[in-house]
Amino acid sequence: MTSGTASGESGPAAWTRAHLLGLEELSAGEITCILDQAAEFKRLNEAGEGKLATLSGVAVGNLFFEPSTRTKTSFSLAAKRLSADTVDFTASGSSLSKGESFIDTALTIQAMGVSMMVVRHSSPGAPQLLARHLSASVLNAGDGTHEHPTQGLLDIFTIREQRGTIEGLTVALVGDILHSRVARSNIWGLQKLGARVIVCGPATLIPPQIRELGVEVSHFLDEIVDEVDCLNLLRVQFERQRGAFFPSISEYAHLYGMNRERLRRAKQDVLILAPGPINRGVEITPDVADGGHSVILNQVTNGLVIRMACLHLLHLVRTGGGESHR
Amino acid sequence: MSTLRIKAGRVIDPSRGVDETADVWIEDGRIAEDSGRDADETIDAQGLIVSPGLIDARVWLGEPGQEEDETIASGAAAALAGGFTSVGAMPDLQPPVDNRAAAEFIVLQAKRAGHCQVFPIGTVTKRREGEELAEIGQLIDGGAVAFTDGKQAIANAEIMRRALQYAGMWNRAVLHHPQVPELVTGGVMHEGRHSTVLGLRGMPVAAEEIMVRRDIALAELTGGRVHLMAISSKNSVDEIRQAQCRGVRVSADVTPHHLLLTDESLRGYDSRYKVDPPLRTSVHQTALIEGLKDGTIGVICSDHQPHAEEKTVREIDQAPFGISGIETLLPICVEALIAPGHLNWSELLQKLTVGPAELLGLKKGTLASGADADVTLIDPAAEWVIDSTQFVSRSSNTPFHGRRVRARSVAVIVRGEVKFRAGRAE
Repeated sequence: MTSGTASGESGPAAWTRAHLLGLEELSAGEITCILDQAAEFKRLNEAGEGKLATLSGVAVGNLFFEPSTRTKTSFSLAAKRLSADTVDFTASGSSLSKGESFIDTALTIQAMGVSMMVVRHSSPGAPQLLARHLSASVLNAGDGTHEHPTQGLLDIFTIREQRGTIEGLTVALVGDILHSRVARSNIWGLQKLGARVIVCGPATLIPPQIRELGVEVSHFLDEIVDEVDCLNLLRVQFERQRGAFFPSISEYAHLYGMNRERLRRAKQDVLILAPGPINRGVEITPDVADGGHSVILNQVTNGLVIRMACLHLLHLVRTGGGESHR
Repeated sequence: MSTLRIKAGRVIDPSRGVDETADVWIEDGRIAEDSGRDADETIDAQGLIVSPGLIDARVWLGEPGQEEDETIASGAAAALAGGFTSVGAMPDLQPPVDNRAAAEFIVLQAKRAGHCQVFPIGTVTKRREGEELAEIGQLIDGGAVAFTDGKQAIANAEIMRRALQYAGMWNRAVLHHPQVPELVTGGVMHEGRHSTVLGLRGMPVAAEEIMVRRDIALAELTGGRVHLMAISSKNSVDEIRQAQCRGVRVSADVTPHHLLLTDESLRGYDSRYKVDPPLRTSVHQTALIEGLKDGTIGVICSDHQPHAEEKTVREIDQAPFGISGIETLLPICVEALIAPGHLNWSELLQKLTVGPAELLGLKKGTLASGADADVTLIDPAAEWVIDSTQFVSRSSNTPFHGRRVRARSVAVIVRGEVKFRAGRAE
């Protein structure tokens, strides 16, 4: 464990950042602050509270320069539940196809009064670039193979909700680590909160220097399946891979697929997570995906309150804080 | 007969092992002996270094094809401002310099501009496709002094072998970008801890090292002269050093930015730090400096690659590689090499005069009597702040904007004519 700030017991720190670009830069306290805010929103949702007025009169732009269904829908709904006006922008059919630069597109949308930008882009660092050029708050909704902070947060939130704490847990991230932004966000967030993280996958899909981030490496799911508290099964990202990184889908499923037999050898209370969309029969068999250990749909539900919390906290910083969520 | 006297400067001429306070006399465009007569014009060089004109063996000038980045005129003027009297012009243009007419166009445009001297470098293969040799003999007739396919590696070993054999007939060097293309496909930066954290596709050192070893083997096989451009890896330096000891005709250059910056600079996703080969770690940096000190690396080049702002201020994986470097080479070398005591002035100037002149086969880089009167006057103590908005180059893509540096060229004389002086072109 190299994370110097690891402490699951550290209390929440005040949120002071203008942007949410990744979990690498956050402290344990800042992560806890977001998780606690999300828990509060979840309580209110379950108590049947309707829309909250927090972002009333605020325009939130969803800038998706790469296809997405679930993340975009989740952000859009989160903003609406906080009473924000939302503007959806997708790369296809936009001025990007007319040659406008990505920065100019964002500046144009900002000029229409949008003060918070949710950005998904295939280029690592694209949200950082926007944060330098915009006065709006930038929320990274996934940048290439860099980070996907809200996904990391909702994974961590889901585990904490089930187990009460992150500290002391062993979490395995299984699959394509090389191309996974979800893996990077999970690695930072989990370690900061005191978890032990194992990355597991074929050597061709694990960056050689990943150990320098403080994680352990395994190449065989069978060798770690009995010692982990949580398994996060990353999707095989066929669209980001150039060339073949493993011989066949069936060999991948043979080595890394989570199935009934492996589940039998796992801890009694093991949690199965998957950021989705899942490839049934590849990284997970249907019976495991739909079984009692799976929290895949809880993750989706929690994604909404995590995104509400992020929008809310960033907005508080913009307005100078102090305002309650009601 | 007009005479020019450069009076009482610190004359450093590595070609003759000279480092002394003396006068330099110029008569009719050539270095002359002191005739004892009064000069028509005198430049007081007290406190200044008087060096043979600096030579950048390979700069990319954009014309023809990408005049929004640079033209031969703007690039040659930028070279003067950087202290250079001669540059080698890279052929990876649109269309590429793969025939005599294309080479003659470069010579003609340079002559029209009338700034520094520009020597075309021809392509090794037709259209830089790496498949068939270009008309190397006719390119030489058109003024080409060396051959390269630019940033495109010659992947086919048989083509590289023939290129070394064929260019060897004229004793010309083949300049190669040593990199196995398939190992760097889509790469943005050095493969290491930082690329892993940033999620940027890495370019492993092995991509360079494999090609360096191959090129050495082919130079050994053919007896041809291979020059490895912008090496960046420790193992490359070691391999080249050993090959040189065996008598293989292999040489290499480095850029100033690889000596001063590391891959950590990419942490902010700033495309101004995106170069090919990529910035690597301090281990490699130290080895490059060692290679300069022991002479394994005989040439320093700016690897000048100007790019218009609209191309660089964008997503890092979509921005082009390269730095507009010719105007900052000298002070960056001083910061990286002289200030820490790695090289003295004579050793540095050797790599900017004798080294590149030998590489390109130019009878330059010397203040010997009778030589072309190409002279650069340097104020080694001048402190200034690099301001890319004031670049003479059309492009301002540099990671050194705002950097406080020391040393600046204050006068540049090309064939006896003062072409640049005190911060403004003449």
